[in-house]
Amino acid sequence: MREVGSKPFSMGRIGIYSALVFFSLCALFPLYWMFVIGSNHTSAVSQFPPAIMPGTEFFVNAGKVFTNINFLQALFNTFIVASLITISVLFFCSLAGFAFAKLKFRGKNGLFIFVLATMMVPAQLGLIPSYMIVSQLGWINTLTALIVPAMVNAFGVFWMRQYISTAVPNELIDAGRMDGCSNFRLYWTVVLPILRPALATLGLITYMNVWNDFLWPLVVLKDRSVHTIQVALKTLNGTYAQDYSMVLNGTFLATLPLLVIFLLFSKQVIAGITEGAIKS
Amino acid sequence: MKESSVKKPKKLLTQSKKDHISAYLYISPFFLLFAVFGVFPILFTAYISFHKWDILGTKEFVGLTNYQWLLTDPLFWKALGNTMSIWVMSTIPQLTLALVLAFVLNQALLKGRHFFRLAVFLPNITSVVAVAIVFDAIFGQHYGIINYLLSLVGVEPINWKASVLGTHVAISTMVIWRWVGYNSIIYLAALQSIPKDLYEAATIDGANKIQQFLFVTIPMIRPMIIFTVILSTIGGMQIFAEPQTFSGMGGGAVNQGLTLTLYLYEEAFLRNSFGYASAIAWLLFLIIVLFSLLNLFVTRKIKSAD
Repeated sequence: MREVGSKPFSMGRIGIYSALVFFSLCALFPLYWMFVIGSNHTSAVSQFPPAIMPGTEFFVNAGKVFTNINFLQALFNTFIVASLITISVLFFCSLAGFAFAKLKFRGKNGLFIFVLATMMVPAQLGLIPSYMIVSQLGWINTLTALIVPAMVNAFGVFWMRQYISTAVPNELIDAGRMDGCSNFRLYWTVVLPILRPALATLGLITYMNVWNDFLWPLVVLKDRSVHTIQVALKTLNGTYAQDYSMVLNGTFLATLPLLVIFLLFSKQVIAGITEGAIKS
Repeated sequence: MKESSVKKPKKLLTQSKKDHISAYLYISPFFLLFAVFGVFPILFTAYISFHKWDILGTKEFVGLTNYQWLLTDPLFWKALGNTMSIWVMSTIPQLTLALVLAFVLNQALLKGRHFFRLAVFLPNITSVVAVAIVFDAIFGQHYGIINYLLSLVGVEPINWKASVLGTHVAISTMVIWRWVGYNSIIYLAALQSIPKDLYEAATIDGANKIQQFLFVTIPMIRPMIIFTVILSTIGGMQIFAEPQTFSGMGGGAVNQGLTLTLYLYEEAFLRNSFGYASAIAWLLFLIIVLFSLLNLFVTRKIKSAD
């Protein structure tokens, strides 16, 4: 099995593995520690040396989280927002990507460069007017305020365009046209099925970003019933900061769903990020 | 309507016309949304920044007064200083570590590489609020892990939240923890696209591992380094959730955690000074553009020095 010439126990190998184990421990420890503290009694937290083994109070603390904030409601809100935005982003970005990659129209290059340029503008620059618009529309304290502005984004358009131009052969488009497909039908029946891997990755990245978004939801969602999980966590921490066990139990519970999704699709996410990076 | 026009033997629209209509239709959602939540807010922010405006009360044109105040506002300079300090303390270790990590992950014959990639990437999916809360506990004065580890080597417990340096270290650590894995995955992709024969040629020329790294690897992945530097700059200038959670209102007792975005947020949404906050937003934007250009310039220079 071993390749000729490789020395499995050389100093270099040992160094590399120790480095990797060290990095991995550093990466995983805070997540593990959330669980440790979240499963211990509050008094066990205030000890020196700090607890490093999981305790037995996980469900007690979880119960306190559920009574202090509307955890399930917040989770549900986040789920709704993330799902709707993801579906919308996938549809509109792939549609725009299709236009930029495969349709000929005047001003195509200029418009595409404009799309790219918009990625440089920081979100905070428009924070106040966006808030005013949303409040004029009567969307404060509604999930619509989160969903509508995020329904399509420049990164998605850019990413889909890159993928479509390499993955969809022009011959296929021409063949579809010979069969009398309209442009939308071409997109829907020919292009979209080919995009599956790209859609999966963009979908996961979008989902994760929306799930973890904080500043904008904090600004537009004041009422507890519409809080997303991040805003709810912030409230939990702000109000009960002394009860670390409960607060960290909450952060752990809030991380869990995303963790599961990520572990299920991890290969795709990592492949997608590297792919996106290489293409840009 | 479109369907039927396609089927008709007599073509009412040429293919080129149809392509134009479809294309403009398909890209319009982005442009419409960007017009409403992108272009308009940017211009309107500029407009507001010339006014004294608390949204509920009256609006009064004050010209450049907001900017004048801002430039003599000690809190603004403090926020700028904090933002810069946290940015430097997080970006440099973060990208250096990511590069080392990518190099290590890229070693051939590595067993368990999928596990290691997964492990180092995991922090990135953790929400910044959760990160800020857990690091708040890790950097706790009395029962935090960091102070415990320090006590093992005889260092007195540090009140991280109280000092400027302590706060900046803690916040930078959060950023580093969350982003090292992400950047290293990007670098890893770049490393894997370097042709193997370049290394073979370098070996034949007698270059050792370190020389190979400096003269083959770094120049080859330079575009990716520029990309990550710009990304970290934009992210670093906008840092908000970490200081807001770790330091609280006003960035703490001596504003040690007050960053530009936190200052902007508090001016706008806690004190209702929309005009003043808009001026901060515009200066923040200019700073980001300036830094991105500066980065581009510096990273270009590094190459030509080789």
